[in-house]
Amino acid sequence: MAKVRDVCRHVRSKNAGPYWVTFDFFFDGPENFEKYHASPALAPDLFARLYGTDPALVKHIPVADLDMVKISYPRATPQGGVEERDMHSGQQYVRVLDVELD
Amino acid sequence: MDSRFADGVKVLVPTGSLGAGVREDEVAYGMARGVDAIASDAGSTDSGAAYLATGKSKNNRGAVKRDLRILMQAQAEHGVPIIIGTAGQAGGDLNLDWTRDIVLELAGELGIAPKIALLRCEQDKAVLKRLNGDGRVKPLPPLGPLDDATIDACDHIVAAMGVEPYVAALEAGADIILGGRSTDTAVLAAYPIWKGAPWGPAWHAGKTGECGAQCTEERESSGVLLTVKADGFEVEPLSETNFCTPHSVSAHMLYENTDPFRLIEPGGVLDVTRAHYEQCDRRTVRVTGSEWEKRPYTMKLEGAGGGKYQTLMLVGIQDPDVLNDIEGFHDRMLKVLNQRTRSAIPAEELGEFHISLRMYGWNGVTGQPVPAGTAPPPEICMMFVATADTQEIANSIAHACNPYFFHYPAVMDKELPSYGFAFTPADVPRGRVYEFKLNHVVEVDDWRELIRTEWIDLSETEQGTMQEAVNG
Repeated sequence: MAKVRDVCRHVRSKNAGPYWVTFDFFFDGPENFEKYHASPALAPDLFARLYGTDPALVKHIPVADLDMVKISYPRATPQGGVEERDMHSGQQYVRVLDVELD
Repeated sequence: MDSRFADGVKVLVPTGSLGAGVREDEVAYGMARGVDAIASDAGSTDSGAAYLATGKSKNNRGAVKRDLRILMQAQAEHGVPIIIGTAGQAGGDLNLDWTRDIVLELAGELGIAPKIALLRCEQDKAVLKRLNGDGRVKPLPPLGPLDDATIDACDHIVAAMGVEPYVAALEAGADIILGGRSTDTAVLAAYPIWKGAPWGPAWHAGKTGECGAQCTEERESSGVLLTVKADGFEVEPLSETNFCTPHSVSAHMLYENTDPFRLIEPGGVLDVTRAHYEQCDRRTVRVTGSEWEKRPYTMKLEGAGGGKYQTLMLVGIQDPDVLNDIEGFHDRMLKVLNQRTRSAIPAEELGEFHISLRMYGWNGVTGQPVPAGTAPPPEICMMFVATADTQEIANSIAHACNPYFFHYPAVMDKELPSYGFAFTPADVPRGRVYEFKLNHVVEVDDWRELIRTEWIDLSETEQGTMQEAVNG
């Protein structure tokens, strides 16, 4: 039973403009990249469930040379609204660290 | 290829953002390598909408002036142009004017007389409404079509510039170009493109250097040197102890981008799908295979406006009764504060309001429930945020809630607690909520439809002054 934190050497999240958030999952090597980058556990539904985004708009782009996958989604509310808690979305990645991949 | 472009061109990128701390030793190292231009952006949307909405800079004036002094001295000594984009954090007219005034002040202090181009990209609302009415404004996901009310809700609107206005200013002989909102990439790509560099490598070099030394292995240094050649580009840090690797350079395409292979820019798409990264000496990486796909010319609009007003209060809590039931305490407290507000302030005065409580040390960052069984923390910081139509009403809400926020008990039959507040008065009027309101592109036949170039030629001004003195 592998969690994201077990197979990635680094995970980060960051705003990509005021309307999008982008997650970078850097796997710990080519083996785990191949095994997990397309895991159904990282499908758009995860981002809809955790972050309230529209699953139809989630982008999933693997970068094999870097053993990483980039997943981007539109924020449920634009950056800087009345209830903003994470302007750069830089802390949002933490909630995926314990997601189980198999 | 343009005959002016022979052995490639060198662009010195002194910092990821003007005002962040240009290093004199790094600039000296770069200039000694034979730099052709100095380029840096001075802002972005990252820090939020306040800077575009208010026209104020995020960086303090002294820090920007300090950085500009180093660059303007190098410009005067070596005769190479300085290109600054997204001046004053947001690149609106007010942000640009603020930066212009610093440059003029420095020119006086340094005794130099550069020819300065100001590229203005702030947009007139009536013009935008007309373009929108003509169907030339298109939404980008997740937003929908633009309406006039949204345009009116913006305090300032800018159109992000590509390389063309910069190229035109270089062609007209600018020593210093101060640009309004621009894509970070364009600011760095403009000079090589003016010199006839191939567009793929020039744009990719620009993307690579946009955050200064972020594309290097050791981030404590500040700048990079980009060399754009006929078949690719090279990047090296300006600090001799720092180095680039194929990993550090290729990984930068991931940064703040939704797509690491295709970057949409005014007039085209940078495609790095087939880019190849190789180490060419200990500190330098060479990149080939970057491609530019020409597209119909579009410029991205950014608009920001001020909305409601907020007032804050903070307490620290170690009370075990609270920490043993943080969620329950939060919910009861929030209910009481809303009731108290409605009973203390007449509805017609209160208007629509909102109160939120952020429990830092528990779930302050997400606002989401923590996993069942999570142990109580040793303490939490509770932040109260009242949002209302005016600052006065937000303050009134905080004043009305004050005794409850500081003393509301977790267990009703005990003596009233006092939570730890750190200052008096205990409420902090925070100002407005600023939001971005546009995520749209506008199609133009010619960038000049939306961009205006102004010139300040200090050498002419000085000659003029001297002439007046002679005539007088």
